[in-house]
Amino acid sequence: MLAFNFFGATEGGLFDINATLPLMAIQVVALTYILNSLFFKPVGNVVEKREKFVSNNIIEAKNKLSEVKQLEADLLTQLQSARTEAQRIVSEAENESDKLYKEALELANNEANASKEKARLEIESQTSAARDQLSKQADDLSELIVNRLILEK
Amino acid sequence: MFFNSLLTNFAALEVGQHLYWQIGNIRLHGQVFLTSWILLGALLVFISLGTKKMENDPKGLQNLLEFLWDYIRDLARTQIGEKVYRDWMPFIGTLFLFVFVSNWGGALIPWRLIKLPSGELGAPTADINTTIALALLVSLSYFYAGLSNKGWRYFEYYVHPTPIMLPFKILEDFTKPLSLSFRLFGNILADELVVGVLVFLVPLILPIPVMFLGLFTSAIQALIFATLAAYYIGEAVEEHH
Repeated sequence: MLAFNFFGATEGGLFDINATLPLMAIQVVALTYILNSLFFKPVGNVVEKREKFVSNNIIEAKNKLSEVKQLEADLLTQLQSARTEAQRIVSEAENESDKLYKEALELANNEANASKEKARLEIESQTSAARDQLSKQADDLSELIVNRLILEK
Repeated sequence: MFFNSLLTNFAALEVGQHLYWQIGNIRLHGQVFLTSWILLGALLVFISLGTKKMENDPKGLQNLLEFLWDYIRDLARTQIGEKVYRDWMPFIGTLFLFVFVSNWGGALIPWRLIKLPSGELGAPTADINTTIALALLVSLSYFYAGLSNKGWRYFEYYVHPTPIMLPFKILEDFTKPLSLSFRLFGNILADELVVGVLVFLVPLILPIPVMFLGLFTSAIQALIFATLAAYYIGEAVEEHH
């Protein structure tokens, strides 16, 4: 009898199915609507709002990051061009100074050469003058000697 | 005889006894409604407290509720799919919460201290009426989901991938609610009985690990029930190519 009672007799038992079933179903459906308006909708709104906020912020941050990278690249090219410009100016100045140095050197050389030439010419002319004078004196002297010799005779 | 004495013990645990409420011609299992009202009341109070003052920076209860919401959304989304999971999330979530609260409430609250004229209070899910009600709701839902999403094309599912599947798919429509309801019912009732018998035989310490096991089983059963419900709905709305 006990076993009979255990497994579903007409009165009681584990498998006693009655109006509890449909009422429980209605209760669960009602609970679904209540929980939807009390829990799922409001919490979902808050969570999804925050998710949107976070994803928007991430997108914004990514945009800013790419902007920063762009600016960085720009700056880098600017720096590069400035550097080549500086190099160009330095080499130009070096060339200039080199040129000036060479010019000055040439000028000085020329001047030195010119004065050397002048001095040489002067020396030469004086030498020739002296030689002329010397030969003239030698002529005079020889004439004198000749005259004297002739007179003595 | 041992078996007989065990049955007597069961009888002492009042298995299969109910507190009947007679309303006109219909009879109800009063203890099921009493416990479910207490537990659902507690759940609703808990949720109202948590959602009373919602902020963008969640604090306290709101954190827990958001975690729960996220958990249920993930469950619904993975089983049902990105397209229609939103429509079914409240239903899946309610099933999960209802089963979970019922199971844990039945296992954690010492209902036995409250004496009823007949039967005893316990987990609402340990009553076959509750689990069949839930399982039938799942069946209706997946039919409704399939028909509302795909119209008559829903029945292509029965001959997919070949018409040979037709009898098995029709059989499935009966086995799905059957397995859903009996799995939940059997697990929760068995847990209550094991704990009850152990408490009856060895009232100290020994039942505690079994109680923990019961809590574990209860949580797992809630998850299984909600996951399977979502899976069935997902199966019904899935597009075959």
